Parts: sequence; C-alpha cells; structure tokens
Amino acid sequence: MDDKMKELVIISGKGGTGKTSLVAAFASLAGDKVLCDADVDAADLHLIMNPTVKERHDFQSGHDAIINAEKCTQCGLCRELCRWNAIREDFTIDPIDCEGCGVCVYFCPEGAVDFPVKTCGEWYLSDTRFGPMVHARLGIAEENSGKLVTQVRQEAKKLAEAKGLPLILTDGPPGVGCPVIASLGGASAVLIVTEPTVAGRHDMERVAELADFFRVPVMVCVNKADLNADATSDIRRYSEKKGYDFLGTIPFDPVFTKAMVAGQTILEYDTRTEAAEAVRSIWNGLTAKMEM
Amino acid sequence: MVISIASGKGGTGKTTVATNLAVSLGKGVQLLDCDVEEPNAHLFINPVFEKTEVIAASVPEVDEEKCTLCGKCGEICQFKAIVVIGNTVLPFPELCHSCGGCMAVCPEKAIREGERVLGITEAGRRGDLEFAHGRLRVGEAMSPPLIRKVRSLSKSDGITIIDAPPGTSCPVIASIKDADFVLLVTEPTPFGLHDLKLAVGAVRILGIPCGLVINRSDVGDDRVRKYAEEVGLPILMEIPFDRRIAVAYSRGQMLVDVMPEWKEKFLQLYERILTLVNSGKE
Repeated sequence: MDDKMKELVIISGKGGTGKTSLVAAFASLAGDKVLCDADVDAADLHLIMNPTVKERHDFQSGHDAIINAEKCTQCGLCRELCRWNAIREDFTIDPIDCEGCGVCVYFCPEGAVDFPVKTCGEWYLSDTRFGPMVHARLGIAEENSGKLVTQVRQEAKKLAEAKGLPLILTDGPPGVGCPVIASLGGASAVLIVTEPTVAGRHDMERVAELADFFRVPVMVCVNKADLNADATSDIRRYSEKKGYDFLGTIPFDPVFTKAMVAGQTILEYDTRTEAAEAVRSIWNGLTAKMEM
Repeated sequence: MVISIASGKGGTGKTTVATNLAVSLGKGVQLLDCDVEEPNAHLFINPVFEKTEVIAASVPEVDEEKCTLCGKCGEICQFKAIVVIGNTVLPFPELCHSCGGCMAVCPEKAIREGERVLGITEAGRRGDLEFAHGRLRVGEAMSPPLIRKVRSLSKSDGITIIDAPPGTSCPVIASIKDADFVLLVTEPTPFGLHDLKLAVGAVRILGIPCGLVINRSDVGDDRVRKYAEEVGLPILMEIPFDRRIAVAYSRGQMLVDVMPEWKEKFLQLYERILTLVNSGKE
C-alpha cells in the first residue's frame, strides 16, 4: 500500500452493534476517500449511501460439479470418493452440498462430470454523495465470501490509487471467520465497535485477538454505552490493559434507527444530537491516532 | 424436531429467541449454538460443561521419502492447498478443504491424513436443558465443518433448537440445512428488512418452512410487516423495545427470568411453529 494511503476497517465481532451506521457517519466526516462495503454476505451500507452504480462485474469463483447423465454409467466411484455426500443415489449432485473440490471430476472413468466456473455474485463501482464506493452482492447460499471480500478491497485500493485518495473506509463483516480474516490482512488499523453487553464484550475479545494475530492496530469504541455503564467501564479497562486505543462511547439513541429509515447518516438526520457529538469526537480521536 | 433460529442481519435477537425458547420448553430440549465464530448462548444459559472435544480437519501430510514430485496432488487440488515447487512439495494446511483428493490421487501413497485444529465443541446442561456449542479457533477461517460437528451432537428424539450465525452464506446454510423449521428474527428497520429478504431467499432455496419473529417491533417502520404479508411469511411473535429487556440482556440475564410473563409467549411461539410444521406434512 502507498505510504500515504490508509485503510480503516470497522468490525465488531458481534453483529448489530452499529458498524454500518457508524461507517456511514464517518463517510460524511472524512474528506477524500473510497468507501468499501466488505460485509458482502449481508451488505447494508448502500441503503444509506444510495450509490449510483457505474460499473457492474460478475464475481466468479469456484466450480459446480454436474454429472452428464448421458455419459454416466452409474459405476458409483464418485459417490465413494465424495466426502460431502453431495452425490445423490440417482447420480445427480446437490449443489448446496457440493464443495467444488473436483475429486469426482478427476476420477470419473467416463469423463461424465462437467465442472463449469461458478458465478457467485457481483461487485460494483459506484458514486455516492460522499465519494466513490466499492460494494458487492454475494449470491444467496453461495461460498467464497472471503474471496469476494478480498476482491472488493483490492478494487477499493486500485480506485484510491488511481484517484490519489488517501483513505479507504471499509465496513467489515461480523464474526471471526473467513470473511473477517479476508478483511483484516494489510489494513492500517481496525476500529472495533462493540456494545456494553456480555455478548458484545465476549465477541470483541475474540475479534481483537484476531486483529492482534494479524498485527493490525486495534481501536475500540462502545455504542449504546449507557445501557450498561459498568460493562462500558469494563470494556474501557480491558482495552487499556490490552494496549488498544479506546476512542470513546456513543449513547443509546433512537436517532440511529430514525436516520436509517430516512436513508441518511445520523449526522445528516440531526447534527445536534448527543450521539452525533460522540461520533464526531470518536472520528477526531481516530484521525489523530491514524495521523490522517 | 429441529428448529433453526436465523437472521440475515446480526444483532437482531437470534440468541435471545433461541435461549428463551429453549429454557421455556425445558425438559427434552437440546440447544445447539452453531454461531461458532461468536458463540453467545452460553453466556445466558450458563451451562455446566461436561464434555469438551477438539475438532480437527483432515489435511495432507507428505512423506518426502515416498514422494516423487509428480505433481498430481497439486493438479487435483482446487484450493491451492498443496503444490510442488522445484524439488519440494508444499502443503498449505490452512487452505485445505479436506476433500481427500490429493491422498486419493497420489500414485506413491505418499500422503497421509494430518490434522488442522478447527476449534472445540463443548457439551453440557442447565437443569433439564441439554446444551452444546462450538468455538472456532481464532485465526481459523472455515466454520462449516465445525458447525456440522456441533449439529452431529443433535439427539434424534426431542426438540433441537439451533442458534445460527448471521448472514446467508455457507455457515448459515450449514446451520439450517435439513432443519424442520427456520425461525427468522429481524427488526423493523431498512437493514433488518434488506437482510431478511436474503435470509428468506436462502431458506426457500432449501425448501424449509419458515416464520418470523419481529424484535424491537415498535421501532423503525412497517415495511417488514408489509413484506412478510406480501411473501406469505407468518409473523409468529413480536417483542417490543423495552429498556428493561435491553438492560437484562446486557447483563446476560434471560428474558423469561426477568419478566416471567414471557415464558407463556415462548410456549405459544412453539405451538405456532408446531402447527406450521404439521400442516406442511399433510
């Protein structure tokens, strides 16, 4: 990555802590940047950014094994070798169970298994009122979400380089698995948005451990902080003990939902709320830490 | 009977519904937390764990004495998890999907099954309620094989309730496939609606009957209700926003413990699910 260009990835571990609303608010505060929605499984950032799609590309990854009934002699070798039990008794393949490993394709003595490349989603280059955005849609029940995350992040980087934009703001996925791992590698920093609940705390610890594993600097903020002031203090202490930058708290505020319903960021909806003030303060802390 | 609790969007209340439904039903019920990336149900159930098992995926280990560097293993592998470079064969266990192709194809029988630890399963109980979950090792990318292990702990008789991960891709499919019913939990917001539509799409691909719980039902707008009506998705329960519920949740308290009147509502929810499952069988 260009020395000057930075990528901030916003993650949470637990879903529903307010990642996307916060990314949208940051989008309205940041200067020149590329927006990147890396939550390809359940992408929501576009619902606030209302992007105009400029380019649409197929995302192709993996293969589907399909048995050609005319060539198949039903010898049964594929059923013996398939570790996914994806081949039914009538020698058709369940596309949901098929892992695309190609073992049946390789071993079929009749060459009866076709193996076409799969189109499992789309990715888009778009314009928004806050600048360019790269986003995607993974086909329902599809695999390879990690590869699609890698693709949208690469496209965001290319775009930032081409336009000389200094920042990529990436909305990450929940969890700690494949798509999260794909969204962390090479990031300049992560901001973990958590909530003061036993689940929020548990999940942020795991995702912070993952970020540590990838040596990405961790920053933390707590949304809905007043729901449980003790738990918020615990998270702050935990962050400080671990050497994570604790950037602040945001109060529980129905403005998040109201703004979402209106298709706006919380700062566009009402600049004067306590939550808006808190978000601005976190953004200021963040830009200072990232030396932007 | 297997009931999977799912939602496209995270944080809509899957775990609240799964744990409270399981505890309300009590005896003869098993709760399996299949959100192995971020398991949370145990924080509310506080089970006594009786059995822990380390779960590993099968990955190739090459006997270099036998290997002739023919390269067939690299040729069959779709995941670039084993390659021959120069005069050495390099397995990349973290990329391996455990298909066994390299072992089957190796003419020298030089590849044996090694292991990559995926995580653990833990099983135990809270009173009459049986509980199990999986914990994906932090740094491990592949959750579906661990989810399938958690599901393999399911008893054939009685009621199994599965707490699924958010999203609509492979970990969700692994958590809802072959369930008798999928209970979707959403909130009436644009994000909730958008991700609900994806979740309904996934459930319909699998052909499983489903119903809806609307959480924080009095915030947001009425588009979720309109959508549910349009696509014939029955609304089986609504939980209004109540700061007491949110605070209890933050402390790891069960809704049915803090507000016992909810137990009856969760029992009614189960009756409604049962009616839908049975009407589908006729």
